[in-house]
Amino acid sequence: MTPETAAHAAPPPRALPGSGEARRHALVVLVMDRPGVLNRVASLMRARNFNIDSLAVSRTDREHVSRMTITLHGDDVAVEQAAKQLYKLIDVLKVQDVTADQVVEHELALIKVRATDANRAEVIKIVELYKGRIVDIAPESVIVEATGTESEIDALVALTRSYGIKELVRTGAIVMLRGAGSIEEALKL
Amino acid sequence: MTVTRGDPPAGGTTADARPERGRRSHVPGEGSATAVAVEQARRAMLHDVRQRKRTRIGADVLMEALIRQGVDTMFSYPGGVILPIYDILGDYPEVRHILVRHEQGGAHAADGYARASGKVGVCMGTSGPGATNLVTGIGTAMLDSVPMVALTGNVASPLLGKDAFQEIDITGITLPMTKHNYLVRHADDIPRVVAEAFYIASHGRPGPVHVDFTKDALQQETRAQHPSEEEVMAGLPGFRPTIEGHPKQIKTAAREVAEAKRPLILAGHGILVANAEEALRAFAEKTQIPVAWSLLGIGAMDEDHPLAYGYMGMHGWKHVNRAIQSADLLIAIGMRFDDRVTGSVSTYAPYARIIHADIDPAEIGKNVAVEVPIVGDAKRVLEALTHAVHPVTREARAGYLDQLAAWREESEATSWHGSGRWREGVLTADLVVERIGELTSHVGTYVADVGQNQMWTARYTKFKRPNSHISSGGLGTMGYGVPAAMGAALGNPDAETWAIVGDGGFQMTSQELMTLVADRIPVKIAILDNKKLGMIRQWQEIVYAGNFHSSHLPGPDFCKLAEAYGMPGWKVSRPEDVDGAIRAAQATDGPALIWFETEEEQNVLPMMPAGKGLSDLIETWGGPEE
Repeated sequence: MTPETAAHAAPPPRALPGSGEARRHALVVLVMDRPGVLNRVASLMRARNFNIDSLAVSRTDREHVSRMTITLHGDDVAVEQAAKQLYKLIDVLKVQDVTADQVVEHELALIKVRATDANRAEVIKIVELYKGRIVDIAPESVIVEATGTESEIDALVALTRSYGIKELVRTGAIVMLRGAGSIEEALKL
Repeated sequence: MTVTRGDPPAGGTTADARPERGRRSHVPGEGSATAVAVEQARRAMLHDVRQRKRTRIGADVLMEALIRQGVDTMFSYPGGVILPIYDILGDYPEVRHILVRHEQGGAHAADGYARASGKVGVCMGTSGPGATNLVTGIGTAMLDSVPMVALTGNVASPLLGKDAFQEIDITGITLPMTKHNYLVRHADDIPRVVAEAFYIASHGRPGPVHVDFTKDALQQETRAQHPSEEEVMAGLPGFRPTIEGHPKQIKTAAREVAEAKRPLILAGHGILVANAEEALRAFAEKTQIPVAWSLLGIGAMDEDHPLAYGYMGMHGWKHVNRAIQSADLLIAIGMRFDDRVTGSVSTYAPYARIIHADIDPAEIGKNVAVEVPIVGDAKRVLEALTHAVHPVTREARAGYLDQLAAWREESEATSWHGSGRWREGVLTADLVVERIGELTSHVGTYVADVGQNQMWTARYTKFKRPNSHISSGGLGTMGYGVPAAMGAALGNPDAETWAIVGDGGFQMTSQELMTLVADRIPVKIAILDNKKLGMIRQWQEIVYAGNFHSSHLPGPDFCKLAEAYGMPGWKVSRPEDVDGAIRAAQATDGPALIWFETEEEQNVLPMMPAGKGLSDLIETWGGPEE
């Protein structure tokens, strides 16, 4: 008896890869520090239809190796596919999805908030409660510097919004594994 | 060298000429090192500075590097910034330079050369339009994993970013459609970059690599030495393809094979790339599992082999798609579950578990979720699998194989070809293709264009050896056929090479007829002329309710065209004249063309409509009212 002629019910539809529930992922990408490598990574994510939420790039302590932290939303299979596509770039040395790992995650924000003589003291007090720092004071404004996780900074931004945000800049998250484990040390160079 | 800025304004005297209104410099940041370099480069662009002494320059190093890589043929078209290469090309007779008539033809020829020979194909164009003309050919190679190195020149490095004459950001353009690309600004970098380009193009999953050279890099003197393969690998720490399948996965796969009652092998292009035809046959014979193939997997198995089952997918054979839809295990090797293969994924192979082996980990799980992923080279994986499985006899699978044979008989008898109108004196395309296959004993190289001609070639030629079928699968590039056949004929000169093309695709790149004649490249061209964009017409008939817009395509008198280029041509309008014309073309020393005026409204059937699944094939079409 063949399945085609079998009397049993039609099988369930085959699952489509990447159609699961989306969540926030953080990818650590170690790359060769060569001209255009940022362009390659960004272009690949665009071409493969992935939307980057944040991207932070810097040198590492290893010669010729740079480190990117990419945050993006997607279902686990889709993000795995993004990681595998990144791996295909010749200049990419390592890609690790640290979403499920214990990590320290921080980003830095500068927020220029309206502050007059009437409410400056209030603004400063609230900012300091949130472990923000005032790094510049002018007659009409203050600049708040804050570090923390994405959600901590979101909360501070929401709070200062009522005073009026003149300008906001965020670096995007950088992450590092907790404990002795090292993404870089596993590199074979 | 002094710069003449012209005479002072006429009529003025020294007395009333105010100094600030006198001679002006328009050089931004004049006096800076950058400004001096820009000015020098600009002058050099117009007049090549002075006669060069014959020293070793960047262009020499490029040619040395190509020769070290075993390049014997390159397909190119000159232009301003690559003139330094043309200036020394005569000193390197080891490399045959084919002067194409359009850079796109050069890129497709390099692609056809690579597919026919298994070596890396090389094409070259100048900056700007020369480079952008290569783009379609590079994209074609990318989508079909063809090893190619595309070389372009660019303006001198100080002029980069100044929108100089024929400057375009070509590395920006090719970045997303190459395996890797380079911009070389110094002659000293040329040996390393070219060696890396060939290494990347040909290792792991093959693909095109583009190298852009600034004109000054080609002109500088250099003593740079060529690296060894170890040095090249050491410079590419991020490129380590996985070759061996993981033993645990092989074991799991072997268990799946042992348990399957209705297994089917899906062979893709990876079999040909890895030279795994023997390994595939050994595995299929040991397990008595029939083999289906994708468009680019054609030739992975001799079609006369008892376990060779046929071509699958949108225009594949009904019996093959039926076998996929009823299989309980698919063993997919070196293929990527393209949408032309699966149709709707949710209804694809609904009873099957899937083993998927590919050298590119990103292909696994991309389009179809699989049960057993194996990353590795097709040949190594097949050899390991063959070792791991228990032999199965023909008798043990008799029920299954007999049923497949019955399905096949029925499907072939009721196909367009089986019941074809050529029996009634109508010249149909399937007959032409079948006769070309037959009269060349199925051992030629058959290069299709794209569209109906491509599907007829895939279905009816019958292929018996690897790399005998060449076609633009992934990108579906019309105009591919003739130039790719030109490259294929040079890549495998022992095989009789046929370009089987439609009238539409032929008209896109027919300028290469002149290259074929000038370089005496013996390609036989069969134009299947239905005076239509056939596949467009077919879709308009079946999917767009007969709204035929722009699918009627008048063409020239193709025999006169061939004659104008100095190539013999024959016109065939009746089935009984087919064999004679093919034989006449075969007897021609050099290129020849046959113009087949075929039935104008023949469809390729069966057909899986877009968005539908493999079980929803349209097998006959008598019009929308039926």
